[in-house]
Amino acid sequence: MNLVRPIASYGKPAAATLGLVDVDIHPRVRDLSEFRPFVSDADWHRLTTYGIHARHGFAKGYPFPKAAPLACRRDAWPPGGGPPASDLPFLQEQLLDRYGLDVGVLNPLQPSGQGDVNDGLSVALTSAVNDWQIEHWLRHEPRLRGSIVVPYEDGPAAAAEIRKRAGDPRFCQVFLLSRTCEPLGRQRYWPIYEAAAEVGLPVGIHAFGYSGHAMTSTGWPSFYVEEVQEHATSAQAQVASMVVEGIFDRFPGLNVVMIECGFGWMPSLAWRLDGAWKRLRDEVPHLTRAPSEIMREHVFVSTQPIEEPERPEHLLDAMEWIGWDRILFASDYPHWDFDDPRMAIPSFIPEEKRAAIYGGNANRIYRFR
Amino acid sequence: MSRHVVAPVSEIPPGGRKVVEAAGKRIVVFNLDGEFFALLDRCPHQGSQLSGGILCGLTQSDEPGHYRFSRAGEFVRCPWHQWEFDIRTGKSWFDPRRTKVRHFPAGVAEGSELVEGPYTAETIPVRVEEAYVVVEA
Amino acid sequence: MTASAIDCDLHPGVPSVATLLPYMDEYWRHTLVERGIEVLESASYPPNAPTSVRADWRGPKGRAPSTVGELQTQALDRWGAAFGVLNPLFPVQLPFSRDMSAAMARAVNDWIRAEWLDRDDRLRASILLPNGLEDALAEIERLAPDRRFVQAMVLCMGETPIGRREWWPLHAALEKHGLPLAIHAGSAWRHPPTSVGWPSWHVEEYTSNIYGFQATLASLVTEGVFAKYPGLKVVLVESGVSWLPAFLWRLTKSWKGVRFEIPWIDRPPAEIVRDHVRLTVRPFDGPEDAEQMKRLLDHLRSDELLLWATDWPHAHFDGDDTIPPGLPEGLLTKIMVDNPRATYARLAEGVSA
Repeated sequence: MNLVRPIASYGKPAAATLGLVDVDIHPRVRDLSEFRPFVSDADWHRLTTYGIHARHGFAKGYPFPKAAPLACRRDAWPPGGGPPASDLPFLQEQLLDRYGLDVGVLNPLQPSGQGDVNDGLSVALTSAVNDWQIEHWLRHEPRLRGSIVVPYEDGPAAAAEIRKRAGDPRFCQVFLLSRTCEPLGRQRYWPIYEAAAEVGLPVGIHAFGYSGHAMTSTGWPSFYVEEVQEHATSAQAQVASMVVEGIFDRFPGLNVVMIECGFGWMPSLAWRLDGAWKRLRDEVPHLTRAPSEIMREHVFVSTQPIEEPERPEHLLDAMEWIGWDRILFASDYPHWDFDDPRMAIPSFIPEEKRAAIYGGNANRIYRFR
Repeated sequence: MSRHVVAPVSEIPPGGRKVVEAAGKRIVVFNLDGEFFALLDRCPHQGSQLSGGILCGLTQSDEPGHYRFSRAGEFVRCPWHQWEFDIRTGKSWFDPRRTKVRHFPAGVAEGSELVEGPYTAETIPVRVEEAYVVVEA
Repeated sequence: MTASAIDCDLHPGVPSVATLLPYMDEYWRHTLVERGIEVLESASYPPNAPTSVRADWRGPKGRAPSTVGELQTQALDRWGAAFGVLNPLFPVQLPFSRDMSAAMARAVNDWIRAEWLDRDDRLRASILLPNGLEDALAEIERLAPDRRFVQAMVLCMGETPIGRREWWPLHAALEKHGLPLAIHAGSAWRHPPTSVGWPSWHVEEYTSNIYGFQATLASLVTEGVFAKYPGLKVVLVESGVSWLPAFLWRLTKSWKGVRFEIPWIDRPPAEIVRDHVRLTVRPFDGPEDAEQMKRLLDHLRSDELLLWATDWPHAHFDGDDTIPPGLPEGLLTKIMVDNPRATYARLAEGVSA
């Protein structure tokens, strides 16, 4: 028979001299029963009878059906069964070991209860997800870190969950989704920032969630491809809100990481906000410095999905304008738009800047080193 | 380039595929209705293994709202970013001129021809009664 | 050069509903007065906000300029222009009643003709479109014969994305008449100004226009409007411009992977946009640094996208600094003259009513 040599471990990219940190991995339950030990009988009943219910009408699935099953890479389904990223050994093999990751940050998506219409279920399930991260992942794999998943539409409850988990050094950030009922700078969310700043954790804001409003300010689009496009847009609205509402001055030390929202829009948003602020300063006296300055200090972005300009070198401009110290590598494993660490960050980026992207910036923001 | 015997035909039924090695390259062989095609098992985008992708047909359209489906099973969709490659040519559908995966001539040879050489038989024992997929790489 | 410039975004102010009454039929003339409907003002442009009217252009009691004389003094004669395109922002899109919207739109368009187009040969205008599709089509048919109307206008935030098929009769009509579709900043306020709800500050709402443009452009492209109507041009007016390159990077990248969802898109979205879409240059949300601006303009990958505009009387610049900082001298003729002439074919015809 024809012998195909096994693919050797790909290894860490050579430029990852400050370490390789992946700030966006999506672990998933094999099935809901993995949450059972962490929820009350009543909450379990609710979960299994009435289900998770985000602010949309699809009891199963999503308003914009994905282009691949579970929006995952075809090759990420564990041989032993279960959905992608539900099996630790396979995740270790296919991601952590293969690429020599030093640290991987878990960002659990649905089912998580975040944004659920039922506040009680949201509180219960998000806490269960945090317990589940510990028991199924963090306890067994020292390279992984967790995110404190919170019921963000309930500020005080979210703050309580943050304070509860803050003592566990395996949790490295607070985790929100990007489509919330109100813009994230609004007062109802301030308890979250207060708690995060108090315990010294960054806030990661990841694409998705369902705000309860039309998916765009001009109504509901037709296609999944429009939703993919829209994540960048709602991220802009969120950054604008957080900046203009002044949360970074109100809660000193607060940093946010925009995860899986793209990043090419950052410079144009900064220019736009600066222009508006210049003309409309009278409206926002609490904003004592230029929005671009605030963004430059407090807003970080993950790389995935890496921008792919027609002229690849234009990427250098975008990254330069954002700031080489504010860009964090992410793979988005196991989703279909996964970025391979060896391939996604172009080699025409100078080596020391790639090192910052691969690990230096994340180590600093998350205090891994 | 030399011709490599990579597998007995019986191991790759129509609609099937097999990853083989030839000339040090990892190659995925497809059987489309009895015809064999060989592509480098490496997506030109970020290097995923195309062999892990699904087979799909070609969806075209003459106007929005109309979907014209053809060539079922003749495209492989990269398991990651889902770029569509024509198995027959290795060309991507969205940019056939510049974005393609290397393809290798592939065909079938009878065992009786092969025992006479010159073929690089790797470690495949060739039987006269069988037919084999041969890839030029 | 400025004498031959074409200013593609000027805003004639409608002082009040009373101004429009002479241009309405008996029913509307009476009912609007009886019901006390004296004003129609959009939260997109709060009348007293510094950005809505530059301070030195305000009239008595701070009112927005509303006469052709003010336009001439403050802008057209002052800076020089061969043509100026009027884009009325009287918010006829706001009323939920289609009939009220249509009556208002018709009146504005007729007022524009009588008080502006008839009084200065340099002036051209957008057909201000009402909410209802049938009413919009009727207004296009009514006014297209007047060659001084050079495009038809909607806002970047409407009720449903303008690429959707229910809007296709509109695109068909515009393509047939050779009229571009102008998408202007502002909202019909059917939805909050962001997909994540209502922001607190006008600074945010002002910024939110770019989200509306992004969603609108994504819709136009992915729904295949340009595939179905290859003769249609779209002008993004007051869009800010600088968000466009990264927007196209993302859309083009996505398309490569989910092409099979929208198979009528048979070439990169970036190419489609460069062929069909134009953008006015004020505001230009860009860097002040000339070198950075040069790089940003490179990202647009076409010299033919940009159209000159001062956006009078909105406040973007001080004094007579009409040119956005960093815009290279060598590009100005294209932006001020060539690109607008190529976009608005009717400009070549000279004046006719």
